[in-house]
Amino acid sequence: MIALLLILIPVCTGILSLLFKGNNAKWVGMFGAISTLAIALVGTYTTDTQLLSFDSTWMPDLGSRFSIAFDGMNKMLCLLTAIALPIIFSATWHQSESNQKNYHGLMLLTQAGLMGVFLSMDCLLFYFFWELALIPAYFLCSLAGGEKRIKTVFKFFVYTFLGSLLLLIGILIIYFKGGDHLFAWESMKQVKLTNAEQSFVFWMFFIAFAIKMPIFPFHTWQPDTYEQSPTGVTMLLSGVMVKMGLFALIRWLLPLMPEASKYFANAIIIMSIVGMIYASLIAIKQDDLKRLIAYSSIAHIGLMCATIFTHQSIGMQGVMIQLFNHGVNVIGLWIVAYAIEQSTGTRKMSELGGLAKKAPTLAILLVIMALANIGIPLTNAFAGEFLMFNGLFRYNIWMAAVAGVSIILAAVYTLWMVQKIFYGEEKPATAFVGDAGIEIKLPLIILAVVIVFFGFYPQPMLDLTADTVTKLFTTVTAKQ
Amino acid sequence: MNAIIVSAACGILMMFGSIWIGNKNLYRFIAAAGLLFTLVANWMDMNGNAFFQIPSNGMFVYTHISYFFNAILIAATLVYVLISGDEITKQGAYPAEYFSLIFFVLSGVSILMFYNNMLMLFLGIEIMSIPLYILTGADKRNLKSNEASLKYFLMGAFSTGIMLMGIALIYGGTGSFAIDIKRAGSAVPGFYNGTSFLEITGLLFLFASMCFKVSAAPFHFWTPDVYDGAPSVFTSFMATIVKAAGFYAFFRLVEVRMAQTATSVDWKLIISFIILATLFFGNITAVFQQSVKRMLSYSSIAQAGFMLFALFAMNDLARQGLMLYTVAYSLSTIGIFAIMTKMKDYSIDGYNGLAKTHPALAATNTIFLLSLAGIPLTAGFLSKYYMLASVISTGTYTWLVVAAVVFAAISVYYYFRLIQAMYFKSGTPEVASITPTFKYLIVSIAVIIIAIGIFPQLLFSLFYFG
Repeated sequence: MIALLLILIPVCTGILSLLFKGNNAKWVGMFGAISTLAIALVGTYTTDTQLLSFDSTWMPDLGSRFSIAFDGMNKMLCLLTAIALPIIFSATWHQSESNQKNYHGLMLLTQAGLMGVFLSMDCLLFYFFWELALIPAYFLCSLAGGEKRIKTVFKFFVYTFLGSLLLLIGILIIYFKGGDHLFAWESMKQVKLTNAEQSFVFWMFFIAFAIKMPIFPFHTWQPDTYEQSPTGVTMLLSGVMVKMGLFALIRWLLPLMPEASKYFANAIIIMSIVGMIYASLIAIKQDDLKRLIAYSSIAHIGLMCATIFTHQSIGMQGVMIQLFNHGVNVIGLWIVAYAIEQSTGTRKMSELGGLAKKAPTLAILLVIMALANIGIPLTNAFAGEFLMFNGLFRYNIWMAAVAGVSIILAAVYTLWMVQKIFYGEEKPATAFVGDAGIEIKLPLIILAVVIVFFGFYPQPMLDLTADTVTKLFTTVTAKQ
Repeated sequence: MNAIIVSAACGILMMFGSIWIGNKNLYRFIAAAGLLFTLVANWMDMNGNAFFQIPSNGMFVYTHISYFFNAILIAATLVYVLISGDEITKQGAYPAEYFSLIFFVLSGVSILMFYNNMLMLFLGIEIMSIPLYILTGADKRNLKSNEASLKYFLMGAFSTGIMLMGIALIYGGTGSFAIDIKRAGSAVPGFYNGTSFLEITGLLFLFASMCFKVSAAPFHFWTPDVYDGAPSVFTSFMATIVKAAGFYAFFRLVEVRMAQTATSVDWKLIISFIILATLFFGNITAVFQQSVKRMLSYSSIAQAGFMLFALFAMNDLARQGLMLYTVAYSLSTIGIFAIMTKMKDYSIDGYNGLAKTHPALAATNTIFLLSLAGIPLTAGFLSKYYMLASVISTGTYTWLVVAAVVFAAISVYYYFRLIQAMYFKSGTPEVASITPTFKYLIVSIAVIIIAIGIFPQLLFSLFYFG
């Protein structure tokens, strides 16, 4: 029931706020987002497991059921999705009026799609949500934003659409190999594929997920799309939507194709590491704040993807909590970027400077976000990155060493960014800027509290995911 | 048999009835009533209440799926007449005749549903095509319409000639016009794996001419010109109902005859190349079109490429998929054309800003386009799903499926250009006045598309228990 509510509330409030206008739409949207968060929190701490899943017939001819469950694997991500929306809505509360009309409704519909992707336990249902999350996101990005948005966002759309069609082929191949012709996760896991089939299906799945994450060399849509979309939407895209790809690797790719994912592990880890270094180097050269964060995000996602394929349970544990932490940190960075753009009218770091005096609170909060982005101890990202590097190290020392360079590079571009924006000479753009309003500070403070709290005390997160990780690896090994 | 006779009779009634009925606005309601009656007659026939007992000596075969397919096509025509009826009435001075021609086409369509003999196939194709030549040229004073009509007629006549030649050769080889014949497997000279060379040649001729009728590449070149030149309302009819009927006829032919000769001719290989060529030409050319009407003609070729998967796979999934595809494709295309006929400017730029001025039209048009593109929650997705699944279930030719999805991704490009024009570009589109009835109809088509997209059982339960 809780799982169903997590999808239904955003759908209903989303449609409602599409029908309302102006401020009413905002309030309905906010109400929907907060109630979803409440339900997700209840779900996380309830002991009644009956409540957490929902199952009903849907397309019996096809062997697909409407089956969703709120389990250990998707708990962190559902929580992240639920937390993201109220924060984003609050930060963008005073966004210009022309965008308001459809913004809240479409954001909630995207949220529903994301929840569906995370919750579904049926492969066809998963595929439905996988594509459906994209449609409102497409409209969101295209309705407002930069000048070149229509072209860039469309590239993003076609790219991911091609990926998902390949995924559909992969799903169908597994489905027809199975004896019972069901799309349920449990039955799909049982299907035995030959080596040739498995490696074919593996790439069908992997390309779809890789485009979504995105990892090198499928990343070309990402910086442009993040730059051109309205920042509120970018927060959702980079904070939550890219996690779809990583989550899908853990939920669908590893259990369904364990041999192939071991066989191709080296290739993929190398791809990811190349992408990490490459994206970090490009990030250093960026002048546009949004593009910098976009490239930094590629680097972080690359590390998570590489760690997933090391098949080390300690690394996997790191990935599970980093999925959440990265979402929190990157949304924080985007909010700061948004606040700076709103108050100064520019995102170019060369035109910014000396903001620390003008906006001290914002500066402090940005520094916290920036440190978390690097993964300094006592921020939440440290625990995750430490575990992930630990996993990578156990897999292969050299790979860990090369990947480790990206941490140094991350420090370079992140601290440079802080320096350029907040310190140094005051520029014309920053001359008459005041501190940010409460609607921006409040979400940032909440995020900062989360960052610092889980930096000191990551144990609750580890507890939530430890069980799942052990189970994941027992099923993966059992199948072999 | 009911549907064949009733629709022909309705056509004749329509034609002569117009002498006494002066009010042109009534015609479309009479036509709709006639179609409803045809639908009921077909349904009664399915349940064993035939109005006429005509011995056909095995020239017709009445199966459940044929009845059901016929019902789908009659219902689609009904939807078409309801939504585009006033547009048909505006076409010329004698609108009743257009409706009667549509009934005659429908009679040919019904023959194609039930044929079990190549003569009947020929007859059905001709009865279906000849009224279409007239409808294509309905815009008498327009040079393009005339050109399209002539082109269609010449090409159509030519391909029919090839079909007749093929049928004659088959008769020469087997001594029978029936599509389902008993074969005496013989290894005498002039036979190849039990099939005579004459028959193989004839079948290839027949195959080519059927490809022409469903506009599969490389026999598709007439399609864009004819669809573009014909008055838009009739293009809508040709691109949907007529094409789907051709497909079912082709499907029957492949299902029975080609399957029998599969040991001698690798039909799968031939069809797979045809599919690839059709998807390639349809999709790639559609990308470059500036006119919505021309884009839709190429899109209809591209969609034909997907429908050909049914002929390729030939299993239960393919059969269901063809049904679903017919419904999804016909409804979406009829809807898009209905909205297009209301536009003054058929170019993609002519749609700029439609979402601001006519939100309902833009939203429904978007649903139709998403359905054609195959996005989940629409019937179009499930129909594509069935087509892909039918091929993957055979376990071979996976490369063909991969190629098909690449082309499906390309198709998104041109469908979404229209969505972009409607939603993200500003402009003041010129739209003819929209009646509330039109709005309700178009919204209900969109609702049907989504309902089938979520619960395909709705359609299949009709099939299994109807």
